Amino acid sequence: MDSMETLLSQIQAFSGSPQDVSHLHSLLKQSEDSLQSQQPSRFVPLLEQLDPSKHSLGYLYFLEAYASGPISREQASGFLLTVVNFINSCAVEQIRLAPDKFLSICKKYKDQVMQLQVPMQGVAPLRTAIRKIQSSSEHLTSLHSDFFLLCILSKCYKSAQSILDEDIFEVDQPRDLFLYGYYGGIINIGLKRFDKAIECLHNVFTSPMTSLNAIAVEAYKKYILVSLIQNGQVPSFPKYTSASAQRGLKTYTQPYIDLATSYATGKFAEIEACIQTNMDKYQSDSNLGLVKQVLSSLYKHNIQRLTQTYLTLSLQDIANTVQLNTPKEAEMHVLRMIQDGEIFATINQKDGMVSFHEDPEQYKTCEMIEHIDSSIQRLMKLSKKLSAIDEQISCDPTYANKVGRERPRYDYDDFDSVPHKFF
Amino acid sequence: MDADDELIGDEAMFSNGVDEARTAVRSSMSGGEQMDVEGYASLYSGRTKICRLLFVADRCGGGDHQEATQLEALRMAYDEIKKGEDSHLHRDVAAKIAGRLGPDYGLDLAWSDAVDRRAEQRKEKLENELNGYRTNLIKESIRMGYNDFGDFYFAHGQLGDAFKSYVRTRDYCTTSKHIIQMCLNVILVSIELGQFMHVSNYVGKAEQTSDTLDPVTVAKLKCASGLAQLEAKKYKLAARKFLETGPELGNNYTEVIAQQDVATYGGLCALASFDRMELKNKVIDNINFRNFLELVPEVRELIHDFYTSHYASCLEYLDNLKPNLLLDIHLHDHVETLYTQIRHKAIIQYTHPFISVDLNTMAGAFKTSVAGLEKELEALITENQIQARIDSHNKILYARHADQRNATFQRALQTGVEFDRDVRAMLLRANLMKYENNIRASRKL
Repeated sequence: MDSMETLLSQIQAFSGSPQDVSHLHSLLKQSEDSLQSQQPSRFVPLLEQLDPSKHSLGYLYFLEAYASGPISREQASGFLLTVVNFINSCAVEQIRLAPDKFLSICKKYKDQVMQLQVPMQGVAPLRTAIRKIQSSSEHLTSLHSDFFLLCILSKCYKSAQSILDEDIFEVDQPRDLFLYGYYGGIINIGLKRFDKAIECLHNVFTSPMTSLNAIAVEAYKKYILVSLIQNGQVPSFPKYTSASAQRGLKTYTQPYIDLATSYATGKFAEIEACIQTNMDKYQSDSNLGLVKQVLSSLYKHNIQRLTQTYLTLSLQDIANTVQLNTPKEAEMHVLRMIQDGEIFATINQKDGMVSFHEDPEQYKTCEMIEHIDSSIQRLMKLSKKLSAIDEQISCDPTYANKVGRERPRYDYDDFDSVPHKFF
Repeated sequence: MDADDELIGDEAMFSNGVDEARTAVRSSMSGGEQMDVEGYASLYSGRTKICRLLFVADRCGGGDHQEATQLEALRMAYDEIKKGEDSHLHRDVAAKIAGRLGPDYGLDLAWSDAVDRRAEQRKEKLENELNGYRTNLIKESIRMGYNDFGDFYFAHGQLGDAFKSYVRTRDYCTTSKHIIQMCLNVILVSIELGQFMHVSNYVGKAEQTSDTLDPVTVAKLKCASGLAQLEAKKYKLAARKFLETGPELGNNYTEVIAQQDVATYGGLCALASFDRMELKNKVIDNINFRNFLELVPEVRELIHDFYTSHYASCLEYLDNLKPNLLLDIHLHDHVETLYTQIRHKAIIQYTHPFISVDLNTMAGAFKTSVAGLEKELEALITENQIQARIDSHNKILYARHADQRNATFQRALQTGVEFDRDVRAMLLRANLMKYENNIRASRKL
């Protein structure tokens, strides 16, 4: 009883200067066991006496202890409010002392939001939480995947965009990266940014892994479909893909590989037959929508190919070559592609002719130069980073040790191990 | 030179009517539809004559005059086999004839028994001789003994054994002349066996001998390696070999190849794989090869037509030659590929000098419909063999001059995007690996 009161007063006293806070941190760590043994409901009045913006660290410990117990339905809305309030007002430097606690509260919060089926409520607070807990924008926290999940469930793809567009290099847990890439891919698909989606999904199944996981399999399925939509073909595995992934992925994604093979023939009948036979599988993977987009993308790719060979072509001929039924449909497709900037063409409705033009971009404008310049700057920064990491790794003692061990060498141990067998 | 071509090309397009009259006369000369089996067979000697005849017979199936050709070929093969000592072939041919040529051409058991009996005796004799030589350890005699064995097996159609015997003589060769003889023997057997790997192998060995080879042997070796390259579908190399074949070949290598074949194989391979310059320098201005071409005027004409851009007549010659070429034991597999390559070459060459080409005239020059030509052009453009685009509305082909500057910009930007993506993925993976490494290290501690 008393211990909590003293703790409370200590928190109130030691929340000023950084020295005080670190002292408080050690005090809180010592009393962690007694915090866990308390009734969770006891913390409600205690929390009310603390200011989340001033006493963030103490508040965090109390809140975590409170959240560790079961939360009833009646309490739920109150809990959510408290957490949101805390996330919004807490002091960054204080919560960074105990990131685990902060993460666990956020997870609990996410679970509650999911349970109440109001994912949209969680989007904004979690985004704030990510911003507060990550050490730099390159840092991947385990909150990223939770945040993306909520965005996907509430279909708020746009709100995920700012976080998604940041480059991620530092990873705490490989599992986070898998989910981050997978959900990120889905969000990018939702935003129709297929090239970005391909990149995200690609990162998932090419990550180093000792054994295949379900996330990678699902990501690879989506990767096949999106690659077909975007590029009309599926690239083979890059050589850095881990052996287990290369071996396993193909066997688990057979219906999708079949689809890619029939896509390569360019015949509609074959693709449709393939989709018909594997319909159930696509449906149960909830990829049917993407599969349908794959089908319609074939028209697009075929029309794009025609622009390489023809200057003018009648709509009727387009319909014939890309296997559309009527010139009207062909016109619709061409129109849409002109709108999307995928081809450069004009339609002459009088005699039903389409004239294809070259890309009008002349690479002369200021914007283009600026764009190129910014790309160059960005790439230079990246390569500097790369060489820095390379240097860092070469100097790493564990790495040097490992490389040294793999090199064939006649160790004293090698000779020693033989006679042992005869003992 | 291109300007000249253009003129000639144009002339060809507009003088198609005259062309046709001319080609009609020519085609009757070349006797396209029916093969002159006797004339064909007289070009060859030895085993290849039989093989070629049998191949012709196999290829000629249904159809009335085809059956006549087939029977003719079989009859000649039968007669030829009777002169030799191969009872297997005899039985085969008799079965194939199946009594269609009357009682004279049935299975001659007495003959084949006699041949077999003689073969047994001869084999025994050869074995005894060889054993004798081997105990005496006289290198030259052992070589002769194996050589005789090779000849014996070859005559009796046991090609695998013949090959082995000939190869065995290699250890007992003392002069480079022996080596060359051994190589030629092995090459001959390998060609009959269809093992063209060995052919090029032993051609190489023969060419490496220290002595200068006599021109006939050189020509033989060139032909053999040309055949090997042809089988390996390396048409350009094959063409070079055939073109380098000297006129000394004469009728010295009829057990493998006739002079006419050198002209046909070399000419077709050259057309399919050479560019214009090479065609001019190495084929048309090649005095040696001209002698060969004189023997097959059709091929000579078609090469000249190709070079002077009379594509219609060139393609017509090709079409006339086709049925006979399909009956050729070495060329039949490659006819289709060579023909499509030649056709593509012709189309590419036709379009090359123009900024715009009227598809109607072009279709006339290639004896095809505009729609068909459009399809062919489309395929070639997609493969990036022709830099042009089709104006399907006005039926005109426009040359497309790629804008180097724009293309470079495009490529640079594309490369930048790819580099960006790859580096980021790489950094990410590096971090992951570092993490795993740390975990493992901490676990060990």
